[in-house]
Amino acid sequence: MTNIIFSKKEFEKHLKITPQIQEKITLFGTPLENITQENIEIEVFPNRPDLISLEGFMRSFKKFIGKEPGLKRYKLKKPEKSHKVHVDKSVNETRPHIACAIIKKLNLTQDKLKDIINMQEKLTLTMGRNRKKMAIGIYPLDKLSFPITYTSKEPNEIKYQPLGADRELSANEILMLHPTGRKYEHLLKNSKKYPILIDSNKQIISMPPIINSELSGRVEVKTTDLFIECTGTDKITVEKALIIIATSLAEIGGTIHQIEIIGDQKIDAPPLTKVSDLNGARFLDARSVPHTKVGGFQTLRHEKYNTPNLSTQKTKVSLSNINKLLGLNLNESQISQFLAKMGHDYKKGIAEIASWRIDVLHEVDLIEDIAIAYGYNNFNPEMPNISTSGEESKESIIKRKISEILIGLEMLEISTYHLIKQDEIQNYAVKDALELLNSKNEYKFLRPNLLIPMMRIIFENKDVEYPQKLFEIGRVFSKNSQKENGIEEKDNLIISISPANATQIKKHVDYIFKMLNIDYSIKEINIPYLIDGRTCSILLNNKQIGYFGEVHPTTLKKQGIQMPVALAEISLEEIYNSVN
Amino acid sequence: MEKLLDSLSQIERTIIPHLNKNVDEIVDKTGLDKTTVLRALTFLESKGLIKIEQKHSKVIEAGVNGTYYKKNHLPERNLLIAIENNNNKTLNEIKEKVNLSDNEFKAALGVLKKKLLISLENGKLKIIAQKEEYSKKFPEELILEKTPLNQDTLSEVEKAAVESLKNRKNIIEIIEKKDISFQVTEKGEGISGKHINLDLIEEVTPELIKEGVKNKRFRRYDFGVKIPSIHGGKKHFVNQSIEQGKKIWLELGFKEMIGDYTVNAFWNFDALFTPQDHPVREMQDTFFIKDVEGKMPEEKIVSMVKKAHEHGVDKSLGWRYNWNLQESKKVMLRTHTTCLSSKKLAQLKIEDLPVKFFSVSKVFRNETLDWKHGFEFNQAEGIVIDPKGNFRNLIGYLKEFAKKMGHDQIRIQPAYFPYTEPSLEGSIWDGERKEWVEVLAAGIFRPEVTIPLLGTSLPVLAWGPGFDRLMIEIHKIKDLRELYKNDLNYLREHNIQIK
Repeated sequence: MTNIIFSKKEFEKHLKITPQIQEKITLFGTPLENITQENIEIEVFPNRPDLISLEGFMRSFKKFIGKEPGLKRYKLKKPEKSHKVHVDKSVNETRPHIACAIIKKLNLTQDKLKDIINMQEKLTLTMGRNRKKMAIGIYPLDKLSFPITYTSKEPNEIKYQPLGADRELSANEILMLHPTGRKYEHLLKNSKKYPILIDSNKQIISMPPIINSELSGRVEVKTTDLFIECTGTDKITVEKALIIIATSLAEIGGTIHQIEIIGDQKIDAPPLTKVSDLNGARFLDARSVPHTKVGGFQTLRHEKYNTPNLSTQKTKVSLSNINKLLGLNLNESQISQFLAKMGHDYKKGIAEIASWRIDVLHEVDLIEDIAIAYGYNNFNPEMPNISTSGEESKESIIKRKISEILIGLEMLEISTYHLIKQDEIQNYAVKDALELLNSKNEYKFLRPNLLIPMMRIIFENKDVEYPQKLFEIGRVFSKNSQKENGIEEKDNLIISISPANATQIKKHVDYIFKMLNIDYSIKEINIPYLIDGRTCSILLNNKQIGYFGEVHPTTLKKQGIQMPVALAEISLEEIYNSVN
Repeated sequence: MEKLLDSLSQIERTIIPHLNKNVDEIVDKTGLDKTTVLRALTFLESKGLIKIEQKHSKVIEAGVNGTYYKKNHLPERNLLIAIENNNNKTLNEIKEKVNLSDNEFKAALGVLKKKLLISLENGKLKIIAQKEEYSKKFPEELILEKTPLNQDTLSEVEKAAVESLKNRKNIIEIIEKKDISFQVTEKGEGISGKHINLDLIEEVTPELIKEGVKNKRFRRYDFGVKIPSIHGGKKHFVNQSIEQGKKIWLELGFKEMIGDYTVNAFWNFDALFTPQDHPVREMQDTFFIKDVEGKMPEEKIVSMVKKAHEHGVDKSLGWRYNWNLQESKKVMLRTHTTCLSSKKLAQLKIEDLPVKFFSVSKVFRNETLDWKHGFEFNQAEGIVIDPKGNFRNLIGYLKEFAKKMGHDQIRIQPAYFPYTEPSLEGSIWDGERKEWVEVLAAGIFRPEVTIPLLGTSLPVLAWGPGFDRLMIEIHKIKDLRELYKNDLNYLREHNIQIK
């Protein structure tokens, strides 16, 4: 989820921010987060990156409030003769996909320029997964000479002056010294070759996804013509991102000019088993071209095509499915009207969807659009009259009953974290501890029992009035290769009294089992942190399900506890099975 | 006044004749121990008869060794006498003459040298001071003689002597003392010093019941005094709220789902149409578990989920990428209870429909731990699998659910989740803060979720209130860590939840 901040002044050049408009913004599916003197902040969900720029937002939102409904179409100029990007097959190893466009006749202002840079950043962050999946480069057109080559080279063959540096740097210097290089170094670290864009003068203009060259320059307010490239690891993301930027720039008055992409490209989408004739024509097209296997894994195809490709997507949407899913009774003309409010065209059961929309995978996505156009606040809630009876799980009932028994014994329930700390693993000599990967806090292991957290809580409350009679019912974890995920989970009960001896705790255990009407037996055992001769295992149906005993003074001292503690820990699994 | 006299305990009555004396004298005269006397004085104070004044002071007392030296001289005096009697002898010779331990000897030697009374030349000890100087009592000796004495009254010289004695083993101890004195108030004047001869019943005993109480009076209890509190057994407040939440689902006719907290990514993410490169699946957001691998369900489900991701089911385009089985086998702590729903769907039989399920349970996120972040949360989740279910029904359920939670006003707005379409967010009105609070996430499962799991596309209505958000409101918690801090004082004092 991304929050976008628009300048109120720029926003109001399109629409006045009235209370009605504020409500509509939220009902459009872009929750209004905040309005200040200068700015208006909205949240854009990840399925609608086309709303990230003010122009993109206005394009859709105005239709939603009834202005110029239906699918918007842009004029697209065919590529000029030299406007080609040659793709070398070496990029298939690192960053296989590229899509480019030229935007001309822009009339930028400081605010508009800021919005473009914002859009570039937000798109690379969200759609581009912080440049990993897709990154965007924008250049003043007049600094470049075409055709451009997208290729990759070994790091020691790459040397250029990156933006912001005062001299030429080698690729590795950029990754080690340049702030942007350091930030994104991890994206290239494991590649043998780094991707680069070279213009016809053999000048490196960029090393995606890291940084442009100083030579290719910065976009300024006076810049009117732009060259835009999107590179990445996912073809669809790269092409959609380009469309979103190009059409947003067309919204502020630019004209879109295509670039011809030529080269052998990796096909990374899985081969189709079934081709729906209504799916996006672009993808259908690309997949049906014969391709060759390389190295047993990758498939390359030679192709020539123009980007951006603004072909629309056509998706079937049935009136009965709409009404069934929404619980409404809409007719054809209403459907057409609602889809138009969401920027789609509709004819005889088929919706035509704009090329910048990435979120329409299935008919249901259009049905949601219809629901939004209808107005979420206009739905009449209906509680269906189906009779089902509520049912608490047996486990929950037993756990609740046990805690009632213990509360009757004046015991206080605690609730502790399911994770424990490194030093606790050592202090209690936990074997086969289940460790978490990269925990951000000091709790790094799944707890194998409730004793460890209980002792921690007793220590933390060592200055609180005694006696302390505590219990907890909770989940514990241990390794077990027999289980679905190699982990066995059990619900355990722990009761602890301080100060108390083993006899006192046994009285409590006796009482619990008596109340549950379960017979149990005991057997002396030896547990390292308890006192030998004052510790017994608890057996049910000849299976050990727990123990009770007095904590050894050495353990207490190590834990910083100054009062005697007696406790019992019992697994509830066998009890679940024994209670009818 | 009579009522007041009746409420005096036996001990208070014993003390009253001696209120013209100080505390120590009262202890002497009454033969009561000091603690009892002090407690009785506080009772008298609470009745307004006297006013207690406390003064804290530090008292220097002789320690274990100090008490001995008080009778038998400090080691340095003993050593000095020995040297005087055997001038110009070696260390060892002197040592034999004097009855001092090694440590005492060393300390005494040091002290005398420091005071410039003796010298050690060519291994021999000699007195170098004048007789009148060294036969005078040292300040340390004077201090020890005067013990116990109040630290506040020391002169500079005495202070230095105390400091040097403090550094030696068990010669003196400094003890903090509370000096308690009191004054009789105007109200107390009437009874102070008087002997109160009242025969009051202190306690009801079996004998007393047998004998009867005719013509006898009970001592009145003074309930104004502070008495120790008792602590009952109680459910943890978080669990009280969970019980309350569960009750709502049960009343609405839902069956409880339970399951493991550890789950493989297949059930938590893939089965819920969350693409494998979705940011939530990264290590910095989710707790993955080392060295274990999940087992996949039956091949039919896995291949359908794979298909849904790669190029879609039921005319869906799918996410269009190469789905990786290994990614699915990663074992993790569940990030939402929706994985219980995905598992439940895979077990359902069409003929059992319609059915409703719920769960209220723990979920986990890899987060730091501070006042507004935690790594464990409670999530509630409800699903309705009804072939006739629709979006209006979903809103109907939400309204009813919110009403049961005590919120008549609910506002819904569009939202986005990878596994539901349409999706919505529900807010309840916070009357205190005058703002809408988002607490409900809801939607209808996508066909890309239901077809692989159920085998057919059916509307599955799902919603989940974020539980901790509500809990913080209910229990007025300002720091998220308080939820699981288990401060026993807090747990003991915290009111129980009535709703």
